[in-house]
Amino acid sequence: MDQLPALAKVFAYLSFLTIGGGMAAFPEMRVQIVDVHGWLTAEQLTHVYSTGQMSPGPNMMMVAEVGQLVSGFPGALVCALAFFIPTGILTFLVGRLWTRLEQWPWRASIQKGLAPVAIGLAVGGLITFGRTAVTGWLTLLVALATFAAVAKTRINPVFFILGGGVIGLIALR
Amino acid sequence: MRKASVIDIFLTFLQIGAISFGGGVVAYLRDGLVRNKKWFGDVEFLELTSISNTLPGLNATNIAILAGDRLGGWPGASLALIAMCIPAFIFMTAAGVVYGEAHARPLASAALRGVAAAATGLLAATWFKIGKKSLRGFYDAFFVMAAILGINYFKWGVPITLLAVGALAIFTYRPTTTPAEKPAQEEEQWINSLH
Repeated sequence: MDQLPALAKVFAYLSFLTIGGGMAAFPEMRVQIVDVHGWLTAEQLTHVYSTGQMSPGPNMMMVAEVGQLVSGFPGALVCALAFFIPTGILTFLVGRLWTRLEQWPWRASIQKGLAPVAIGLAVGGLITFGRTAVTGWLTLLVALATFAAVAKTRINPVFFILGGGVIGLIALR
Repeated sequence: MRKASVIDIFLTFLQIGAISFGGGVVAYLRDGLVRNKKWFGDVEFLELTSISNTLPGLNATNIAILAGDRLGGWPGASLALIAMCIPAFIFMTAAGVVYGEAHARPLASAALRGVAAAATGLLAATWFKIGKKSLRGFYDAFFVMAAILGINYFKWGVPITLLAVGALAIFTYRPTTTPAEKPAQEEEQWINSLH
């Protein structure tokens, strides 16, 4: 219970770093959760983040699992609210302002400038993530096969994720 | 403003939140809001997507908020966000209960090692597709590299990297030198690529 204020603070802060998607915030999430607060190990965080990829809806609802593991159901609720409400209010307000900003020349500059930065941050986050997730030749093979399958086919990726789980059960004990 | 009933908004977003397995929630949103409900045209939906891309927060929840606001004001926006998040919240909280019970057991950890490896491949493919569709020219490539090096080589951390590289990128594309905006067709392809 005594962790609830810290959870709220950390996840509200992290939510403002998710430019273009949750992966951008992953390195900072790792710093906060693993190094600063010691709520999870690096491997546990990687597992929880991966579980989020199996969920319907917003994958970053994995923050609720972090909260559940740290403080039970109140933790899950606090993390979800802290992560989705503050940026949600910002989006709501900017959304109303946006049409009025149509003539503002910097609007296009911000959109054009942030697009590559968001992609770079996501790839940076993915490298941080992959260092914990890919630990040997078999995990590398699973990652490469999933990459090729998702890039080349239109099969729902959730099947490859589940397939990775089956391979893990058989060979990664 | 076209109005949809709050019940209709809630149920529509609840359904999208419950069936959108496998990432790419934006594509599910377009199927639900543009094709099935016909609440938005393609052009307006793309506008919502591009606002969502620029703001902090996830694209999926940002689009839900913006669409909900246009359909039913602030109650619509709140309900859209909540409805979209409920199924994932139940799923992830339940996952936490299971993982909390079992994480010492070798089975859950073994399965999740495989899942994490596959998730690495999935996320790499997702960002590869987005990059291929939306990056153009030397400056875009430069800012991608700068952000990656800032995070993984110089270890500036996310906030500093975002502020420093973001400010430099916005300044580089400042109004006087900004080329014409990307045509809507490219954004359309980008959304399709998320399927």
